[in-house]
Amino acid sequence: MGKTVLLIEDEPNIIEAISFILSRDGWDVKTHANGDDAMAAVRRRAPDLIILDVMLPGKSGYDILAEIREDADHGGTPVLMLTARGQTRDRELAERAGANIYMTKPFSNADMLAAVRALAET
Amino acid sequence: MTVLNLLIVVCLSYVVLLFAVAFGADRAARLGRGSWLRSPIVYTLSLSIYCTAWTFYGAVGFAARSGLEFVTIYLGPTLVMIGWWWTLRRLVRVGRSQRITSIADLISSRYGKSNLLAVLVTVLAVVATTPYIALQLQSVTLSFAAFAETDPTATTLPDMQSTALWVAVGLALFTILFGTRNLDANERHHGVVMAIAMEAVVKLCALLAVGVFVVWGLAGGVAGTLERIEASGISRFEVSGARWVGLTMLSAMALLCLPRMFQVMVVENEHEDHLRTAAWAFPGYLLLMSLFVLPIAALGLDLLPTGANPDLFVLTLPLMEGRDGLAILSFLGGFSSATSMVIVAAIALSTMVSNHVVMPLWLHYSGTAAMVSGDMRNVALMARRLSIAGVLFLGYVYFRISGGGTALAAIGLIAFVGVAQFLPALMGGLFWRGATRTGALAGISIGAAVWLYCLFLPSFGPEMVVPQSVFDHGLFGLSWLRPRALFGAEGMDPVIHALMWSMLLNLAAFILGSLLSFPLPLERLQGAQFVNAVEHSGTQAGWSGGMAQSEDLLIMAQRIMGAHEAQALFAAAARRQGVAGYLPEPGPDFIQELERALAGSVGAATAHAMIAQIVGGTAVSVSDLMAVADETAQIMEYSSRLEVQSQELARTARQLRQTNEMLTHISVQKDEFLSQISHELRTPMTSIRAFSEILRDTGDLGPEEQKKYAAIIHDETVRLTRLLDDLLDLSVLENGQVDLNIQSGSLTGLLDRAVRAAGGETGDFVIRRDRKAEQIELTTDLDRLAQVFINLISNAHKYCEAQPAVLTIRPEVNGTQLVVDFIDNGSGIQASKQAMIFEKFSRIGVSKAGGAGLGLAICREIMARLGGDISYLPGQKGAAFRVRLPLEIDGPASQQGRSKEIRSKETDSP
Amino acid sequence: MSPERLPVFLARRHYRRRRVADAARLLPLTGAILFCLPLVWKGSPEGASTVGAMLFVFGLWVVLVVLSAVIARHLRADETEHPARDGAAEERPDTS
Repeated sequence: MGKTVLLIEDEPNIIEAISFILSRDGWDVKTHANGDDAMAAVRRRAPDLIILDVMLPGKSGYDILAEIREDADHGGTPVLMLTARGQTRDRELAERAGANIYMTKPFSNADMLAAVRALAET
Repeated sequence: MTVLNLLIVVCLSYVVLLFAVAFGADRAARLGRGSWLRSPIVYTLSLSIYCTAWTFYGAVGFAARSGLEFVTIYLGPTLVMIGWWWTLRRLVRVGRSQRITSIADLISSRYGKSNLLAVLVTVLAVVATTPYIALQLQSVTLSFAAFAETDPTATTLPDMQSTALWVAVGLALFTILFGTRNLDANERHHGVVMAIAMEAVVKLCALLAVGVFVVWGLAGGVAGTLERIEASGISRFEVSGARWVGLTMLSAMALLCLPRMFQVMVVENEHEDHLRTAAWAFPGYLLLMSLFVLPIAALGLDLLPTGANPDLFVLTLPLMEGRDGLAILSFLGGFSSATSMVIVAAIALSTMVSNHVVMPLWLHYSGTAAMVSGDMRNVALMARRLSIAGVLFLGYVYFRISGGGTALAAIGLIAFVGVAQFLPALMGGLFWRGATRTGALAGISIGAAVWLYCLFLPSFGPEMVVPQSVFDHGLFGLSWLRPRALFGAEGMDPVIHALMWSMLLNLAAFILGSLLSFPLPLERLQGAQFVNAVEHSGTQAGWSGGMAQSEDLLIMAQRIMGAHEAQALFAAAARRQGVAGYLPEPGPDFIQELERALAGSVGAATAHAMIAQIVGGTAVSVSDLMAVADETAQIMEYSSRLEVQSQELARTARQLRQTNEMLTHISVQKDEFLSQISHELRTPMTSIRAFSEILRDTGDLGPEEQKKYAAIIHDETVRLTRLLDDLLDLSVLENGQVDLNIQSGSLTGLLDRAVRAAGGETGDFVIRRDRKAEQIELTTDLDRLAQVFINLISNAHKYCEAQPAVLTIRPEVNGTQLVVDFIDNGSGIQASKQAMIFEKFSRIGVSKAGGAGLGLAICREIMARLGGDISYLPGQKGAAFRVRLPLEIDGPASQQGRSKEIRSKETDSP
Repeated sequence: MSPERLPVFLARRHYRRRRVADAARLLPLTGAILFCLPLVWKGSPEGASTVGAMLFVFGLWVVLVVLSAVIARHLRADETEHPARDGAAEERPDTS
C-alpha cells in the first residue's frame, strides 16, 4: 500500500469520488466526516497528506487547519483545502491559515490528482 | 314517611342541589358566561359565611343565656363593613395587586416574603380553625339528633359519630371537587362561591321564617313579642361594659383576620367596587339575621321545658308546635351555615398549608432539577387536596376527642381570639411602613402563646391539659402566671381577660420588635408597596435579570400554571419586548411579572423562592431604594416623571439599536446569502463533475460501478433542480407575487395528504394524531399549507433520533385561529439555535444530502402569506413547532407584515 | 401625604367627594360610640330593659345601613385618594 491520505469531508458523494480517484493512484484513503473530532482523527491516522473541506459540521476547516499547524507531531503535514464558496476572501483565509494548496469545488479530477502528487513530493 | 326519613330525603336532595349549583356555575364561568355569577350581590352573600352554625343556632342560645349581648358578634362586623373605606378597601386592593392567596400569604408577602412568618400564621390558623370545624360538625349532628328525639317511630337514635363522619366526608369531597379545580387562586372558585351564596339565602330565609312564625304565630304580633321579652328571664339589660365593648371589638377583628373571611372577602373578590355594595348590604344581612334572635330566645325560654338546650330553640320551637316543614327548613338553614363555613375554611387552610408548608418542603428536598423536570402542578394540586382532607380529618378527630361536649360550644369566641392575633401584623403592615418582620414574628408568637395558655388550653377544662394546680397557683407556682388571672387581673371574664392580655402583649412586642430591628431591603420595598397601595403603586424589588434562562423559567411556569397560560404569558411578554417567538428577554420587568403570576398559584414566598433558584438573587437598585427612602412627595413625583422619561429614552434607544442591528444584519446577510448559494450549488456540481470525469476517463469500470456512478450524477442533478425550485419558490413568496389558491377543506384530509406525501409512517417513525380534534373546516390555500405540514413531518422523520421516533400532531381551535403543534420525542433544538432555524440555509446537526436548509424558511414565508405564523415552541420534550393561521383567510390583507421587511432586506439578492 | 404636593383648591366635584370620603371614615367611629350608649343607660331603672336597648340598637343599625348605602353611592372604590393632578390643575381656575 502507498501513502495515507486523510480526507475530511462531509458530503458522501464527494468522499466517494475522491476516494475512487486517489485509490486508483495507489493511495490509502481514510475518511472523516465531522469537524469536531477531526484533530483526533489526524493524530490517530498520522496521514502523509490531508484533504480538508472548509464547511464542516461542528468546526470549520480553518479552525481545524490552525489546530493541525499547532500540533507538534503533525504540524508539517501538507494540507489541501477544498471549498465550495469560491470567493477571494476564502482563498486568503485558507492561505493565511496555512494551507499548502487551495482548490475550489467543482474541480477536475486530473487537477486534484496532480495537486495531491505535487504535495506528496514535497 | 316519618319526619326523620323526610328530613334525610330533603337533606340529600339539598346536597345534590348544592353540587348541581356549583357544577353549573363552574361550567358557566368556564364557557365565559359567568358575568352574572360575579355580581356584587353574590359577593355580599358569600361574605355571609361569617354566620356559621354557631351564629345560626348559637345566637339564640347566647341570647337565652345573656340577653342582648349576643348582638355584639354582629355589631363588630357591621362597623368594619361600614368603615370599608378605611381598611377593607386597602386590604382588597393590596390582595388583588399582589395576587395574594391567603392571609398567611399577605402577611408573609408584606414582611419580605418570609416563609417563616407564613408558617407561623398557617399553624395558628389551623389550630384556631380546627375546633371551629368540629363545632360545625357538632351542630349538624345535634340538630339531627333533635329531630330523631321527636320522632316516635325512630327505633334507634342515629349514631352521632357516624353522622359527623359522613358530613365530613361529603364536605371534603365537595371542597376537593370544586375548590381544587384550578390551581391559580386568582382564578376564583365560581362554583364554590355560587353554592355559598345560595346557602346564604337559605339560612337567612330559614331564620326569618322561624322568626316570623314565632312573632306572629306564637306571640301574636310585635307588641305581644315585646311583652313576652319583658316577661322573660332576659328582660333586664345586664351586660358588662367590658364584654359589650370587648366582644364588639373581637368580632370586628375576627372579620378581618379569619382565614375563611379573608378568602371570600379578598381572594375571591372579583372587583374592588363590589365592596361598595357589600358596605351596606352585608350589615343589612347581619341585621336581618339577628332581628328575630331575641324573640325566639324569649319564646323558647317561655314555652319549652326548662333544661331544653337553648342552642337548638330555632329547631325545637317549630318541632314542638308540630310545624315539621318549618323545622326542616330551619334544619337546612343550620346545615347551610355549617357546610358553607367548613368548605371555605378548608379551602383557605389548604391553600395556606400547601403553599407555605408542603410546597416549600417539597422544593427544599427536590431542588431545582425537580422543579424543572417534575410535575409541579400536580404536586401543588395534590398538596392542596390532601390538605383539605387533612383539615377536615383534624376537625372530625377533634369532634371525636372532645366528645361534642359543652367545651365545643365555647370555641367560637376562643377561635376569634386566636385569629385576632394576626391583626397587629396585618393592620400594622398595611398602615405603618416601620413594621418589620421581627416585630410581626414577635407579636404573633407572643400573642399566640398567651392565647394558648390563657384561653385555648384551659378551655378543655381543668386537668385535661392544664393541671388544676396551675389554675390555682400559676405556672411554676408563680401566682401572677395564673391562666385566668394573668398579672393579677382577677375576676375578669376569661375571654375578655385573654383578649386583653394577648392583644396588649402582641401589640407591644410588634411595636417594640419593629422599632428595634432593621428591615431587609425587600421588606422595605414590600412595605412601601403595601402602605402606598391606595395612593399609587410604587416600584417593587427588581430581579437582576440576564442570568436567568428564559427556557428554564418557561418550563417551570408550565409546570405550575399549565402549558396554555404559561405560553400565553411568555408570548405576550415577548411581543411587548418586540421579540419573536415564545421566549422573552428575562429582564427584571418580565421576571417581576412572572413572579406575581406564580404567586397567584403557590403564594408569594414560594414563588419568590422558586424564581430565586433559577435566577439567582434579587437586586434592589438604587432607584428602588430611593423610592422607599424618599418620604417627600416632590421627589416621588419627580422620580416618577423621570421614570417615564427614562423609559421613553430606553424605548427610543432600543428602537435605534434594533434598526442599526437590522441594517448591519441585512448587509451581512446579503454576502452570506451569495456565499451560501455558491456553496449549495457547487457541492452537487462537484460530485457531478467528478463522477462524469470518472465515467469518461476510466476505461475499466464494471457495469455495476457505471450504473452506481450514473445514479449519483442523476441524484445530484435532482438535488440541484430542487434547490433551484426552492430558491425560486422562496423568491416568489418573499416578493409577494404568489397567487393564493383559496379552497375549503378539512384538516384531517389535509394532514392525511401531508403524511402520505412525507413518506407515511414506517416501523421506526410513528405519527400520533387526534382525529377527533382534527374535524376542523378551514378556508385557506390548502396546497401551500400542505407544503408546510409535509416539511414539518419529513423534518421530524429525518432529524428525530429517538427509537422509535414519535411525532405528535395536536390541533386546536383558539377563537378564529387554528393552532397545530408538531411535537416529536427527539432531543429538540438547542436554545441557542432556535432563533436561526427559520433562516435560509440553516441546518441543525449533521447535514445530510438532500436538504438545502430552505424548508423552514419557505414554511415561514408561506405562513406569513396565509396570515399566520410558524414558530418554535420551546420547553417541550422534543422539537416542537407551532403553526398558527386563521380558520378563514381574509384575502390580500395577509400580505403584509414581515414579508415587507424581508423584501426590503433582499432587494438586490439574485 | 404632605400637603404641599396637593393643589390648594379643588374643583367642587372633587371637594365634595373628599368630604364624602371623610364621612365614610367617620361613620364607623360614630357607630361604635353610639352602640355603647346602652351601657350608659344601664344605671337608670327605665333604661335597663332589654326591649329598650334592643329597639335602640336595631334602630341605630338601620340608620347606619342606610347612611352607608348613601355614602357608598357617592364613592367609587377604585378611585385613588388624590384625584389626578392634571385634572385638578386644569380645574383650579374655576374655583379660585
